[in-house]
Amino acid sequence: MYRQAKTGKLMIEILPDKCDFCGCCVGVCPEDAIELKEAEIFIIDPRCTNCSKCIWSCPIEVIKFNRDGVLAK
Amino acid sequence: MKNEYDIMVVGAGPAGSMAARFAAEQGVSVLMLEKDRDVGYPVRCGEAISKVGVEEFIPSDDKWITAKISKFSFNAPDGTEVILDFGEAGYVLERRIFDYELARTAADAGVEILTRAYVNDLLFDDGKVAGVKYEYHGEQKEVKAKVVIAADGVESRVGRWAGLETHIDFRDMESAVQITAANIPVDQNTLYFYFGKDVSPNGYFWIFPKGHNKANIGLGVSGIIGKKKSAQSFLDDFMSKHYPNAPVLTKIAGGVPCAITLKKISAPGIMLVGDAARQVNPLSGGGIASGMIGGKIAGTIAAEAIKMNKLDHILTYDKAWADRLGKRHETFNRIKEGIYNFSDEKFNNIAHSFNKIPYEKRTLGRLFTTALINQPSLLVDIARVFVV
Repeated sequence: MYRQAKTGKLMIEILPDKCDFCGCCVGVCPEDAIELKEAEIFIIDPRCTNCSKCIWSCPIEVIKFNRDGVLAK
Repeated sequence: MKNEYDIMVVGAGPAGSMAARFAAEQGVSVLMLEKDRDVGYPVRCGEAISKVGVEEFIPSDDKWITAKISKFSFNAPDGTEVILDFGEAGYVLERRIFDYELARTAADAGVEILTRAYVNDLLFDDGKVAGVKYEYHGEQKEVKAKVVIAADGVESRVGRWAGLETHIDFRDMESAVQITAANIPVDQNTLYFYFGKDVSPNGYFWIFPKGHNKANIGLGVSGIIGKKKSAQSFLDDFMSKHYPNAPVLTKIAGGVPCAITLKKISAPGIMLVGDAARQVNPLSGGGIASGMIGGKIAGTIAAEAIKMNKLDHILTYDKAWADRLGKRHETFNRIKEGIYNFSDEKFNNIAHSFNKIPYEKRTLGRLFTTALINQPSLLVDIARVFVV
């Protein structure tokens, strides 16, 4: 995976089951790397640089770093 | 449904609906696309609005008014309350009905509306925006338009695809969470605001009554704060402390782009309105009324451009917006920056000194003057936007 190659084992992940689809992360994403439909959200992998801005702007903490399979802020 | 429209509006919130309506009222063809299955639902954020702000667009209707507001209550970190009384001047809305009714006024003017239509790209012709691509019931479709009006909210991706700089700095994004709770016994005609680093650092926590002791309760936090603690976590703390057993009827998240308007909100073939253009009042975070004004200006100018057969005319929108509200928002933004970093002690002191002013002489302008008395340059700004 492109993102993994760039940043080692750190990967941003959105937990779609907990998401409210509010759009905060999409607005702050500098790379336009998040796709948000009516009740569907995902990261467009080749664009994401793991910059973390989406994590900081998520009001309900559903975007996390995946560190070797462990989710953390 | 046609293959080509004069004007295409992306997003059916208050700004989009008003852009569509004011364009259609001039006799041009308008299609409005909404990604969700319902116009007005899910609600994102904010339900308080001034009566004047509403009535420029739609007559007041008890269908979507849940509470009539005549007072503000500002609460300092030490518990000191400052009350401002200004007569019946505002409403707390039921947004899901309000937005729906606004879209209905657009439909009455002749706007065609398509829900569950997810716009995912733009069409270009000779470097100009010339329509949109969208997904509808699993199929990819295209429709041409002479002007695309992007009212796609805080995400503002449509403008980005057109080459406008719409991405918002995470520090300016107020990421908010709000609930509608029952059994909140507050005055049903007062908007309550709470300040302080424990409750809502660099912003405010709100309780807005919604009738029958229901209330809209929430807060927004900037990305700077969100790095350490989320809006959700602040809300949970407040509720467990003050209303641990209140039943929650709805819970939603939403982002408020608390910044001045984007540098450029139009380009050949495209105009941005509402949150997508950052037309929010950066001091209050209120964006319903100003978004509707932005929509009205954009829709009107777009229709004029089509009728004159002079599409470059849409580029006059930037200045028209700046003159009506954009410059005013810059003033509000300077005031916001003046109070943004106040300490708890400072908030307490302001509340104490303001409460010495006789009740009938208290105004918002005086409150901000009291708050910013040591920053003379901002007093000029206050006088510009408030009755002092």
